[in-house]
Amino acid sequence: MALAQALQIVSKTDPGRVRSHNEDCVESRPELGVVVLADGMGGYNAGEVASGMATSLIAEGLSNEWRIKELGKLDRSQTMALCERVVKAQIAKANSAIFDAAQKDPQCAGMGTTLVVCVFYDNYMAVAHIGDSRLYRMRGDVLEQVTRDHSLLQEQIDSGLISKEDARLSHNKNLVTKALGIDPEVEPEFHIYESQPSDVYLLCSDGLNDMIEDEEIQMTLIALRSNLDLTAQQLIQSANDNGGRDNVSVIMVKVLSSFAVERGWLARLKSLFS
Amino acid sequence: MAKLILSVDGTVLREVPLTKERITVGRKPHNDIPVDNLAVSGEHAAIITILNDSFIEDLNSTNGTLVNGKPIKKHFLQHNDVIEIGKHKLKYFNDAPAAAASADFEKTMIIRKPSAAPAPAPAPAAAPAAPAATPAAASPVDTQSQRPTAPPPAAAPAAPAAAPTAGGREGAIQVLSGAAAGRTLDLTKNLTTIGKPGTQVAVITRRPTGYFITHVEGASFPTLNGAPLGPQAHQLNDHDLIEIAGVKMEFFYKP
Repeated sequence: MALAQALQIVSKTDPGRVRSHNEDCVESRPELGVVVLADGMGGYNAGEVASGMATSLIAEGLSNEWRIKELGKLDRSQTMALCERVVKAQIAKANSAIFDAAQKDPQCAGMGTTLVVCVFYDNYMAVAHIGDSRLYRMRGDVLEQVTRDHSLLQEQIDSGLISKEDARLSHNKNLVTKALGIDPEVEPEFHIYESQPSDVYLLCSDGLNDMIEDEEIQMTLIALRSNLDLTAQQLIQSANDNGGRDNVSVIMVKVLSSFAVERGWLARLKSLFS
Repeated sequence: MAKLILSVDGTVLREVPLTKERITVGRKPHNDIPVDNLAVSGEHAAIITILNDSFIEDLNSTNGTLVNGKPIKKHFLQHNDVIEIGKHKLKYFNDAPAAAASADFEKTMIIRKPSAAPAPAPAPAAAPAAPAATPAAASPVDTQSQRPTAPPPAAAPAAPAAAPTAGGREGAIQVLSGAAAGRTLDLTKNLTTIGKPGTQVAVITRRPTGYFITHVEGASFPTLNGAPLGPQAHQLNDHDLIEIAGVKMEFFYKP
């Protein structure tokens, strides 16, 4: 089944209750199974510039380089390897573009952005991320955090300095250890996971998970599972009701059906005529 | 800037700003906070400060360290915590949250490691941990098999204690018709869904400003006081009548 029919995608972004600017940016390319979310940082409007560049450059870059019509010749693991190369190359390109822009324009000096990119293809989901924007996956009634934040707090949790329960009380939540566009080069974290029909994926900026607990996210996804649009709206509303101290963005992807790619001579024959 | 106030028997001895990454307390004079008392070990405890957070660690002292009356080995200090070492007390003050007024507070920032210099202490542990822990966080393969018992949704509503309440007033709905007529449902969760899944479902959300009802699924909208809801959220008023999936119910604020 074509990706655009197999995936339902909803994205929403909101400045929150405190900030006047929205430095978050979201992009999706349903026909390619690509979604991108970025949370920018930097003075003046630089955060918006960085996150806007990241999402548009990466979405556009993948439109040009991730040519799913031509992937039929490859077997599944080859497409995975190619996916990793293409995604990483586009991230590297966006990184250089943001870094160069920051060098040239003094108003943009020091700007950067977090990033989460997901690519859905052939019943798998590839995710690359940098910084503390997150990807969650809801499978059945279980919500799991797929990405691990690149943040000081996560490092403190990993080293045992602070427990996961205490992490909520930390005053150092806002410090990321990696960002796009800050250095000439960046190494994103990249993983591929098997996807299943009725999985729901949630990409979000820290404005969501700093304001509401994972339990509440899970409860919302369960209670409103039949209405994806309302779920996204409700998540943002909850974050705002709890203070809305930061911009809040979500992209939700619901897997409606299998999106396995047909292979073999029949598929090749069909592709000749399509 | 966080600080400690050292006192004994209610008399303040000194104030110690936590400007160093590591500050030690002990009987021996080389400690940053020397406390000359036999109940105190030579090197008794250390306070580690990382940016805006501080931690206290007992250095295997003979008589132990208490925080808010409880013995600790290691503790993440919170504003107003009281550390007891023998008869001496150290009160911890961290007014970082009060400084929230400054516009830049809480803005996401990049923390940069000196590229060539050795990374700060927590980093080396984090690096090897990351690849190992990632598959655990969300295994690439089906995790269903490892988790035969999904937590029932009923376990989830453990809404955070600080959850916003509808202006402090608790709402409820009473079913007026159908098989469950007479039953009352307290709206204690932030989200309560009502109706029949697959036919007609609505959600009642509890917000700081009150309760709201929104259509979730179903070809036709539930009605509120006889009028169809439409796709928008509607605030519920005391004694509003809801009809959903053929069942009438009344919303009311509990006395």
